[in-house]
Amino acid sequence: MAWVNAIIQGVLTGGLYALFACGLSLLFGVMKVVNLAHGDLAVVAGYVAIGVIAVTHMPVLWSFAVVVPVMAAGGYVLQRTVLQSALDRGVLTTLLVTFGLSVVIENGLLQFFTANTRGIGANLPLVQDSFSIGSQIQIAYLLVVIFAVAVVVLLGLQYFLSSSKYGRLIRASADDKEAVQLSGADYRHVFGIAAAAAFATVALGGIAYGMYSQLNPTTGTDTILLFAFAAVVIGGLGSLWGTLLGGIVLGVAQQIGAQINISDEVLAGYLVFLAVLVLRPQGLTARKARS
Amino acid sequence: MSLVTGTAVDPATGFRVTRSRRNVAWTGAGALIVVVVLALFPYIVYSGTTAILVQAFIVLTLASMWNLLAGYAGLVSVGQQAFVGLGAYFVLILALHGASPFAALPAAAIGCGLAALPLWWLVSRLRSGYFAIATWVLAATVMLIIEKFSSIGGGTGMPLPGLSGLGATLLAADTYWAGLAVTVLALAGVYLLLRSRLGLVLTAIRDDEVAARSSGARVGLARLLVFVVAGIGCGAAGGLLAISQLQVQPSSVFSVQWTAEMAFATIIGGLGTIEGPIIGTAVYMVLQQTLASYNAWYLIILGLVAIVVALFARRGLWGLVDARLNLRLFPVGYWLQAPGTRRTR
Amino acid sequence: MTVAAGGRAGNGRPLLEVRDLVVHHGQLRALEGISVQVFPGEVYAIIGANGAGKSTLLRTIAGLHAPTTGTVAFDGQDVTRLRPERRARQGIVMVPEGRRLFGSLSVEENLRVGATYARPGPWTIERVYELFGWMRERRHQGTAQLSGGEQQTVAIGRALVANPRVLLLDELSLGLAPVVVQRFYAMLPRILETGLTVLLVEQDVSQALRVASRIHCLLEGRTTLEGTPAEVSAGQVEAAYFGLAGAGQGAAGPLAEGGES
Repeated sequence: MAWVNAIIQGVLTGGLYALFACGLSLLFGVMKVVNLAHGDLAVVAGYVAIGVIAVTHMPVLWSFAVVVPVMAAGGYVLQRTVLQSALDRGVLTTLLVTFGLSVVIENGLLQFFTANTRGIGANLPLVQDSFSIGSQIQIAYLLVVIFAVAVVVLLGLQYFLSSSKYGRLIRASADDKEAVQLSGADYRHVFGIAAAAAFATVALGGIAYGMYSQLNPTTGTDTILLFAFAAVVIGGLGSLWGTLLGGIVLGVAQQIGAQINISDEVLAGYLVFLAVLVLRPQGLTARKARS
Repeated sequence: MSLVTGTAVDPATGFRVTRSRRNVAWTGAGALIVVVVLALFPYIVYSGTTAILVQAFIVLTLASMWNLLAGYAGLVSVGQQAFVGLGAYFVLILALHGASPFAALPAAAIGCGLAALPLWWLVSRLRSGYFAIATWVLAATVMLIIEKFSSIGGGTGMPLPGLSGLGATLLAADTYWAGLAVTVLALAGVYLLLRSRLGLVLTAIRDDEVAARSSGARVGLARLLVFVVAGIGCGAAGGLLAISQLQVQPSSVFSVQWTAEMAFATIIGGLGTIEGPIIGTAVYMVLQQTLASYNAWYLIILGLVAIVVALFARRGLWGLVDARLNLRLFPVGYWLQAPGTRRTR
Repeated sequence: MTVAAGGRAGNGRPLLEVRDLVVHHGQLRALEGISVQVFPGEVYAIIGANGAGKSTLLRTIAGLHAPTTGTVAFDGQDVTRLRPERRARQGIVMVPEGRRLFGSLSVEENLRVGATYARPGPWTIERVYELFGWMRERRHQGTAQLSGGEQQTVAIGRALVANPRVLLLDELSLGLAPVVVQRFYAMLPRILETGLTVLLVEQDVSQALRVASRIHCLLEGRTTLEGTPAEVSAGQVEAAYFGLAGAGQGAAGPLAEGGES
């Protein structure tokens, strides 16, 4: 039964990972941006939420309504300025610039917030409590809620990409940004919208993580970044539902690893990630192999 | 045709291909003087200064390796800290078995070179973005695996044995000389590598990878060699790190901060030039020393400068100098002379 | 089969005017002081051998390439510095060389992208479906499964739904069978009757001479011939095309039977 519990925990945690990862999937799949600062942006969102709550004393759940739009706007600006310049100069520059951003953000957080870990607490039963099935399975409500949110976000993103005007433009710009100009669309603006959407999901992920676990300045690269990439790569680039699948696989792998040896949780996840990178880099859902 | 010193004349057209011999002579003499002066430092300056220079040696070695990877082979690795850590741990393991850490240093470097082979096999087929992430995951994985062995310190690390017999001054001097030796070897190695036939392949990759491939150059082999050499260099730096810190802690030696430092130093100094890492390291050390009391600021500023340089001055500080003065301290190129003309520089 | 009378209707001002355009590709001078005037309702054809600069000219007019010197004016306004998407919204819409459809979008989605920033006008997605009969049934298919000719119709449709004032066609016939090409040009009148002006680049000289109201020949970036098909002789065209001084009429020239260039 302990194994069943482990698998259930893994599946639910997969929702959290998918929440981190869907923004990355959008940026990576659409604009070929490998954003090494992705995890740190989630942490920034968490810290902003902490700061906003501390200053305004608003209920925790309201902080979403503030932080998500702010992060989305920030994402648009960052894309139009720094990231677009880096993209214009090539993949190498984009990697270097986003890596630089990651280091700057982390050290900035370190400087202003110290290395102490913080969490986003809320005195709601939804956040604190868990329910049991039988004697060996205990499931936190929060984790279920996060999973549900992840599914809703993925549905929303999927709908946005497939059926909305900007979703079409984003896909078209990803295919051929010169041709999309010929149809009257400014691809820089379109990419900005995509980044805004990605950053909004990252913000959700960061706040969710702050509520589920703790945040410190290096959580972005210690934890979130590699897990997000793992979910995207395992699931397969170009598929949002693949990202959920990837997150679930990662979560389950980690829990199984923890069952074998309690300190091997993260290692198990990395080993699965490496295995996929070596054996099937196109991921589980891709139909054809990419080089 | 001798690649190191010779010239060749094409009998049909009379064109001559030569290398910069005069420059090499001057730079070689200059470098020799610099090295000799540096070697005398422990007799001249306080051990505090030599300790700072050891840090500089570590960063310079790492930066020249990262430059080789990213600037010449097109491999952006965000996981070189794996080799830094492995180098440190090789030294630790050998020291635990009775060897002198200084003697263990070359063995550790070679060990890292060997370790680079299976790691290369894992990541070699991945393209840039995937490659970068894969190297990061590899480094994290290596750290987690090493942390499982309590005999070498587990998750908290342990002190480095084998150096307690030496007095403090002698230890500082020995560490300094070891650092100087590692750096000189690293720079010399990079220079010779780039001046060789392989170096031509690498410079071609740096300039235009597709063209290099299609002209038949052995791109894959060149990259493998670079990865291994970088592994050796980073491993040596890691061993040096262990000696200078007198302890080995996984979270310290495997920190991604090493990649940050070597990447920023290289970018600011000039990616794809041999002189770049030297300048970049100097900038890095100046920033670190002046801002040391302000904690994380030096990394923030370094990072911001690196971003600006990457976007607006691709060839870095050395690139700006080079463009103005047309100066090459470490010439690796060839000159083509039409028949009957003299070289213009 | 001739097409547009075209004409200096209205106030006699050209709809599209290019003046002394000099364009570089890196160090290479691709266009040397080219001037073109296209009047409303015309079909203006640019011909020339490979590398003559035809596509470069069209791309510069569309805004994808910045000229070194010279101006591009649209309806009297200088658009030389205007970004390509702004020009498209104002009515200069190009069907690029090689179709360049959006591979991950369906046929209808491609059209909808084209219609996103459309000007008001007679062309709608529905009307495009009427023009190209096969499209309605397969509108949800991906573009990779279409033949070259079908892809070309989608590309043209994508441009039409934007309701352009000037339609730029870059090498329509590239990679298509002659029969298919002729069918395209047969459709030109239906496009023109809605008030469009067409500026096209065409490798197939005889085809161009059949449909154009005026032609303009380029050779190595320079203008070698301008005029209506009625004004120019086959020999003149051949000379202009190949850069021969006063060439005679050969049987193997671009105007020989079969019309291959």
